[in-house]
Amino acid sequence: MHELSVAQALVEQVDAVIDQHNAAQASLIRVRIGPLAGVVPELLATAFPLAAAGSRMEHAQLEFTHAPIQVHCQTCGLDTEAAMNRLVCGACGDWHTQILSGDELLLESVELETVPTLAPSPYFLTPNS
Amino acid sequence: MCDTCGCNLTPGNQHLAFKPVARGATAVSVLKGLLAKNDDQAAHNREHFDRRGILAINLMSSPGSGKTALLEATLVALKNEFTCAVIEGDLETENDAERIRAKGVQAHQIVTGTACHLDAHLVHDALHHMTLDGVDILFIENVGNLVCPASFDLGQHLNVTLLSVTEGDDKPAKYPVMFRAADAMLLTKTDLLAVLDDFDCDKAEAHLRNLANPAPVMRLSARREQGMEAWYAWLREQLAAQRARVAVGQSRRPAIQGDGQKLHSATAR
Repeated sequence: MHELSVAQALVEQVDAVIDQHNAAQASLIRVRIGPLAGVVPELLATAFPLAAAGSRMEHAQLEFTHAPIQVHCQTCGLDTEAAMNRLVCGACGDWHTQILSGDELLLESVELETVPTLAPSPYFLTPNS
Repeated sequence: MCDTCGCNLTPGNQHLAFKPVARGATAVSVLKGLLAKNDDQAAHNREHFDRRGILAINLMSSPGSGKTALLEATLVALKNEFTCAVIEGDLETENDAERIRAKGVQAHQIVTGTACHLDAHLVHDALHHMTLDGVDILFIENVGNLVCPASFDLGQHLNVTLLSVTEGDDKPAKYPVMFRAADAMLLTKTDLLAVLDDFDCDKAEAHLRNLANPAPVMRLSARREQGMEAWYAWLREQLAAQRARVAVGQSRRPAIQGDGQKLHSATAR
């Protein structure tokens, strides 16, 4: 149920991106979540509309990019895929591994709808003379 | 890395950044941790601790696996050696803080209401209600929960995860996100092993290793004061390590957050 906290953090971040780019609203939000991040995409998708209600991303589509679990073996040096509760090397079986991917919790990208009135328009420019 | 000049783009993630979009829209690549705000606050908390040479330890486990009992025994045993302070996290009541205060130790209770975990902001607010000068070790007893607390950095240096022998020995396999984050795993209530025939300490440890976690495993009973010396020795060692880090202006984050950095230094060699 901590997904609501995560959804609120997401809304704050996207809000900052909208401000930074002088945009009107966000239309698509892409989030990258690995299984080891401890956040369930489906639950985040349920919590998002609650957190986004009345904001400039109220109508935005939330899209998830899957991040597979990959480990690097310190013993044999190979990179292999692993299961969430078995992070051992897929080649030699040793447990001295490091996570390469699968623990991400990233705001990957945002698609913004721009504000036409704020964009530089040729009609308002006076020629340099 | 910053958000403005594009230096957070690497050959690995570049393909994510530039995608064609509909007219009137712009795609902006962010690639920033979703919990960045919490992480910034956590870093700030860690600075507070480091400036004072405090070692901050986050205790996590299921409800009822003996976090408060462990603290009660520890605070009494180390009373003449270190000054400790405790932050308690619970959904309701001051009960745990009162148990700690009864041992003559400073305690602040965070009542989360319905929140299932502590976050860096809650801990920061708590710090403002506490006297940190002269404190050697700050214990943060997280909300009893094997899921949510693992995802939020509080600014602690170490995570200690408890697993009581009345639970299943396969808990590390069932809750990998939590147990992967442990810098030490304590098997608690081991005095009950005599009457339980279904908990195998070696199996619990094997499940932890399957998560690629090299953390030490200590078997103890706080109530019967069995196996506590190893835990105290570990605490002394960790406090000495923290003081050595502070002396050279360094800090430490719990094991899993350091993964990426370790890997980078390993590949650079």
